[in-house]
Amino acid sequence: MKEYQTIEEISGPLVFVEIDEPVGYDEIVEIELPNGEQKRGQVLESNEEFASIQVFEGTDSINREASVRFLGETMKMPVTEDLLGRVLDGSGRPIDDGPEIVPEEREDIIGAAINPTAREYPEEFIQTGVSAIDGMNTLVRGQKLPIFSASGLPHNDLALQIARQATVPEEIDEEGDDEDGSEFAVVFCAMGITAEESNEFLADFERTGALERSVVFSNLADDPAVERQITPRLALTTAEYLAFEKDYHVLVILTDMTNYCEALREIGAAREEVPGRRGYPGYMYTDLAQLYERAGRIKGREGSVTQIPILTMPGDDDTHPIPDLTGYITEGQIMMDRNLNSQGAQPPVNVLPSLSRLMDDGIGEGLTREDHGDVSDQLYAAYAEGEDLRDLVNIVGREALSEQDNRYLDLADRFETEFVDQGFDNNRDIEDTLDIGWDLLSTLPKSSLNRIDEELIEKYYREDAGEPDEESTSDESDAAESEAEA
Amino acid sequence: MSQATDTQGDEDGTIASVSGPVVVAADLGARMNDVVYVGDEGLMGEVIEIEGNRTTIQVYEETSNVAPGEPVTNTGEPLSVDLGPGMLYSIYDGVQRPLDELEDQLGAFLDRGVDAPGIEMDESWEFTPTVEEGDEIEAGDIVGTVPETESIEHKVLVPPDYEGGAVTNVEEGAFTVTETVVELDSGEEVTMHQEWPVREARPTVDKETPKTPLITGQRVQDGLFPLAKGGTAAIPGPFGSGKTVTQQSLAKYADADIVIYIGCGERGNEMTEVIDDFPELEDPNTGKPLMSRTCLIANTSNMPVAARESCVYTGITIAEYYRDMGYDVALMADSTSRWAEAMREISSRLEEMPGEEGYPAYLAARLSEFYERAGYFQNINGTEGSISAVGAVSPPGGDFSEPVTQNTLRIVKTFWALDADLAERRHFPAIDWDESYSLYRDQLDPWFEENVASDWPEVRQWAIDTLDEESELQEIVQLVGEDALPDDQRLTLDIARYLREAFLQQNALDDVDAYSAPEKTYLIMQAIRTYNDEAFAALDAGVPVEEITDIDAAPRLNRIGTTAEYEAFIDDVESNIESQLREKY
Repeated sequence: MKEYQTIEEISGPLVFVEIDEPVGYDEIVEIELPNGEQKRGQVLESNEEFASIQVFEGTDSINREASVRFLGETMKMPVTEDLLGRVLDGSGRPIDDGPEIVPEEREDIIGAAINPTAREYPEEFIQTGVSAIDGMNTLVRGQKLPIFSASGLPHNDLALQIARQATVPEEIDEEGDDEDGSEFAVVFCAMGITAEESNEFLADFERTGALERSVVFSNLADDPAVERQITPRLALTTAEYLAFEKDYHVLVILTDMTNYCEALREIGAAREEVPGRRGYPGYMYTDLAQLYERAGRIKGREGSVTQIPILTMPGDDDTHPIPDLTGYITEGQIMMDRNLNSQGAQPPVNVLPSLSRLMDDGIGEGLTREDHGDVSDQLYAAYAEGEDLRDLVNIVGREALSEQDNRYLDLADRFETEFVDQGFDNNRDIEDTLDIGWDLLSTLPKSSLNRIDEELIEKYYREDAGEPDEESTSDESDAAESEAEA
Repeated sequence: MSQATDTQGDEDGTIASVSGPVVVAADLGARMNDVVYVGDEGLMGEVIEIEGNRTTIQVYEETSNVAPGEPVTNTGEPLSVDLGPGMLYSIYDGVQRPLDELEDQLGAFLDRGVDAPGIEMDESWEFTPTVEEGDEIEAGDIVGTVPETESIEHKVLVPPDYEGGAVTNVEEGAFTVTETVVELDSGEEVTMHQEWPVREARPTVDKETPKTPLITGQRVQDGLFPLAKGGTAAIPGPFGSGKTVTQQSLAKYADADIVIYIGCGERGNEMTEVIDDFPELEDPNTGKPLMSRTCLIANTSNMPVAARESCVYTGITIAEYYRDMGYDVALMADSTSRWAEAMREISSRLEEMPGEEGYPAYLAARLSEFYERAGYFQNINGTEGSISAVGAVSPPGGDFSEPVTQNTLRIVKTFWALDADLAERRHFPAIDWDESYSLYRDQLDPWFEENVASDWPEVRQWAIDTLDEESELQEIVQLVGEDALPDDQRLTLDIARYLREAFLQQNALDDVDAYSAPEKTYLIMQAIRTYNDEAFAALDAGVPVEEITDIDAAPRLNRIGTTAEYEAFIDDVESNIESQLREKY
């Protein structure tokens, strides 16, 4: 371990040190200030005479008298099962006045890529109890499914609801609920969120008893931005350890990825790098991929890492680089919607731009229910149709539309108020969700259900559901059709 | 990746500085593009810049903890791939290391500093010569065959850089790829293994105009926007619009002899799906396992960025090698945007002057170089072979005006534009029929006329016209509602709806619908046209439009796609439509 007192330049979050022995790229550095305070950093660039160091806790009050120690190794996270129930700061140090953590292992925080041939393809349905997710954008174990939100929307409530309710149906059969705790763990990684938001999460974890099966990493809004670069890596290293060494099914909540990316941009600017789109560094895609791709399952190991990153889209714009690059890496997205929110829908999930790429393999007979895929497809198509018609209604009025169009409009309304808006405390199982779906679809004539297998229509279609409340004109034709078919 | 032997020690240098994947070495006697091994762990890298005594290297692996002063060894050879039997059924990373081999050596996570040859050097293959002693042979000639897989006969080629000469000795029987099977009087020895630098196109005699379609089994592609064998296509689309599903359908169902699928900077789970699925699937044209004609290159987004830059070259070099045997090769690159971003990332680490949106100024040149390696070729050994290249493009925010999409569009001749709106309403494949185009239509029409139906171009034009008319009418409908339109236009809307739902939409998850033969594609189009003709005849005879569109035979058009015995079903639907409409007047 070599110690220097040769700081040449301090600029933004960076410190440049003159050295006489080579140091490794990415190596960890300890900086001791004259007043005894300790800071940590990481080597960003290394040549024979200089090393540039990025300081996690910010360069506040560092002066040229500070001494710099190169530790000769890259950043490691001390991991142990005892981390469950603990609250750590953004650099992985406990801040909950608990006992000292005795690590079982120290893992490199730059995770190695999982070999695609060693991955197990994710297809185990996770029931979140949220219809808009379970029914339309199903989450599976080992998936990374972000919530695309915006300021002022209740993304935290949705994340909490998922963390609270997520189960795999067979566990329900065995245990009655998922409270056995030995299986399921939450790693919560806060990056630059406010203390208030953080308290909201912690209070809910404590209230529901989830805290004892959680590890919390907390980098708050007033903590150094540079530290945000390592916080998610510490969290994911812990998650991988719990999942692949200790067989937990780990749900990782990363919030808020927007703050993470802002920190990335800040450091890029301090390093005088050539910026990419909107000033974010050109390597942001690679950097985000190194976080998101750490979700998954591995053949022959019990556990899994499922990620729910949360990000707030600046200006509600999903083409902004942060949501855009995220969407290209993650396996779908859950979109929060401002209009639905002002209508009071809980959760305000707009299913149309939402997507779960791994849904098709996680649903169907033996997994959820035979009709799941078809029902979801048909609901998508019908709701999209109704949505389109709303614009038209504003111009020509409902009376000018055909009977069929009015059915689609009613369906779109009921879809929002009955299917999507279920309340943050309501836990619906998949049967309920699909049954509500059939309630809605049965308001359409059978012949319009072109995406559903005919046998399934026979089995699930509700002959009695066809009456829109306020009108009786369409009843006759519905009834006539039903009779004709029967 | 080929394990080049170390050369003279005096060419070796030491590391001067490290910044991410870019390492600068001092005193390294290397040429541009030479492969070097960096540091104590021997990480593989490639020389990308030489300035005085300082050589800049892009490293294909993670460089954490690599320090100045560590050695750099030069191999003296450019980045090359191993070519020979055993590449089919294989899954490689971006520098042709077999992933299953890496899993055996390293476990579930990819570590660094490990090398493995691209083909199994110890495995024996049954070699049957096609030349005799005394034959005069030249570079590129076929000297024998090897049964590589159940569907592909591997042809053993004289390397293109050989002089050639008279055959002095020929072996027959089981040999490993490194053993000599043919000797020439020039002293040259031919084995089943050769190496070729990835950044250099293998030589050919001539490029010809492609005249046969690459049948994809997708109705919207074969029917409206066909791709030629030897053609180039781009699939741009925002995330979630189904680029990968479209690419995978192509890889599964295209009627090429060989498929090279490059997952460039994409999702790990998606690659795993391909790796899990393909071995279980059958080639619909031959009934043989799909993997027996497939080579996968998987460089996921979290693997080192420099290997992402090289993976498309690795893929196209392997494609060229099979083309030289006279095969039709289809190459899918998903996604070329990630490749372009890898160039950008390395370029910015080199502090090069950026072009548009930070991409290097040579972006357009690199893209066109890549697509130009596709085509229908006359090979140097007299055979004909083709490479069809299909590149997915992931434009930021779905904005097609960005540099990668624009530079790609200037080169490719088929454009399958994916649309987020269509994807949102679960219209798959979400190929936008207004924006897409194919410049191969005219040169492929004779083939379709001869092999499918003589009125193919005419029926297709009818479908396109109907869809165009619908787009125009939809604008009016948005303003005044459908009921305000005259009857004939309302009927057109109904017919266009069937074109969209029964013809353009195709369910990749349905076993039957996933692949639609050109005959089926044609018959579905024709069935909808029958409905069109009958419906307009009824309308002319005074039948109200509501009664026409209400017949219960028409919605059955939507079920043709998922019906296996489609011919009888279509006959039945057509005659039902006919009788139900005719009895109204």
